[in-house]
Amino acid sequence: MKHISLAEHSVRELNQLLHDQARELTEPAWRVSDPDGRHAIAAGLDQDLSVDIEGHAGYYCAGMNQKATVTVHGTVGVGVAENMMSGMVRVKGNASQSGGATAHGGLLVIEGDASARCGISMKGVDIVVGGNVGHMSAFMGQAGRLVVCGDAGDALGDSLYEARIYVRGKVASLGADCIEKDMRPEHLEELAALLEQAGIDADPKVFRRYGSARQLYNFKVDNTDAY
Amino acid sequence: MCGIVGLYLKDAGLESRLGALFEPMLLSMSDRGPDSAGFAIYGDEVAAGNIKFTLQNEDPAHDWDGLMQGLRSTLDGKLDWFRNTSAAVVKTSADETSVRDYLAAHSPDTRVMSVGRSIEILKGVGHPRLVAERFSLSGMAGSHIIGHTRMATESAVTMSGSHPFSTGHDLCLVHNGSLSNHNQLRRELVRHGLRFETENDSEVAAGYLTWRMREGASLSEALRSAIDDLDGFYTFTVGTRHGFAVLRDPIACKPAVLAETEQFVAMASEYRALARLPGIANAKVWEPEPGKVYVWEHSARHVEETGT
Repeated sequence: MKHISLAEHSVRELNQLLHDQARELTEPAWRVSDPDGRHAIAAGLDQDLSVDIEGHAGYYCAGMNQKATVTVHGTVGVGVAENMMSGMVRVKGNASQSGGATAHGGLLVIEGDASARCGISMKGVDIVVGGNVGHMSAFMGQAGRLVVCGDAGDALGDSLYEARIYVRGKVASLGADCIEKDMRPEHLEELAALLEQAGIDADPKVFRRYGSARQLYNFKVDNTDAY
Repeated sequence: MCGIVGLYLKDAGLESRLGALFEPMLLSMSDRGPDSAGFAIYGDEVAAGNIKFTLQNEDPAHDWDGLMQGLRSTLDGKLDWFRNTSAAVVKTSADETSVRDYLAAHSPDTRVMSVGRSIEILKGVGHPRLVAERFSLSGMAGSHIIGHTRMATESAVTMSGSHPFSTGHDLCLVHNGSLSNHNQLRRELVRHGLRFETENDSEVAAGYLTWRMREGASLSEALRSAIDDLDGFYTFTVGTRHGFAVLRDPIACKPAVLAETEQFVAMASEYRALARLPGIANAKVWEPEPGKVYVWEHSARHVEETGT
């Protein structure tokens, strides 16, 4: 396992070493120490790497990830796994705002709480949060699944398109066009698979499902008087 | 953008190291706000019946000795002072009005940065590292400290436009964000007798808290009503003689992180400002919730949730 200390190397140097692996895979396992909340650690990876970050990371950790498995043994700042395409990002602690924003694929697991706008404009990513999510989570979500094992803040799923949301705890309020939907057998199956993938032990039967009422999709000429 | 940082000590054993612990916090936020910086430090309290002023003058050749001699001979009461580059800290048993009147008449370009029994505010234009070095921040002692690195958006890059702002005794505020109703609010506060030195929106927020507390509100009550009356985006950190508070607006666009151990409470715009504090690896680290008032006073923690 290759070890890089960010007390001795810059994030730029670390990321360059990781990016070099996309051309020729010589070292699949990496350990990053002394992250000290620095930004953009392990961003833009494009190889089947495993990267363990030993401590707290700052903004945009593991952003734009493809294929890699990144584990943060601490908390993360704004925009973890932003625009992830594939692979897996696991945060052992809490996450700040906009976790998994605009992400197209892969799995983001936040074992602690996620702050506001978790999964904003998600486009295919799966996000599993062990704790609570803040307000406006899954705002304008277009595809993918958001699983919340704790509670959700205000305006969950505001202006939601097609992403599916599962919540075990309380929902403070639903956003515009977000409604509760039935849990059918295929949803229980889907949720069970996601929880298993995330390594979180929870009973799918106690979750509730939310999704789009699909009333905001199209411009309605009847509403022109409102403008 | 702006960066805000604060450190409130619970362990008096750390007080001699306050500046040394705080300086890396402030400097780590330099790239959030490189145009100016400042800090308010609490400690070195004057006895009851006395008052302490921090004065600043942008002219490096300002005649502080002459000004102090003039003040001494005019004021009814004793006066001690020391100089810290462009600033002077004046401790006196004279009343505030006579000091302000003398300054207005004899040194109108000297600005009053803070007034109180404990607070000293030092701030200036330039990279935060230069500002910290100029005032020898790393050697300072005290009980709590609040700082700001500024990227100006609402008013000019000047010494007086940099944070922290103090509008009442021992009260100061730093702000990351922008207020949209500050002009209207400033007019209302002026009608209540508040005095503003700048066009800055953050000074209005400080003035608002001063007004509320002057009317009898506690720090947490003043912050709770701020949620209703201040419109815009903000993360505030507020210092009082014995208190320390954090508030984010209900939308919480502006970042903030808190850390607490047995020895201290620290806040910052980003975690990396906290990374070098002692015992941070085992601290409770969390993001303050939107529209929720966090107050620490006399080392006892009160977290008060609002109805938003």
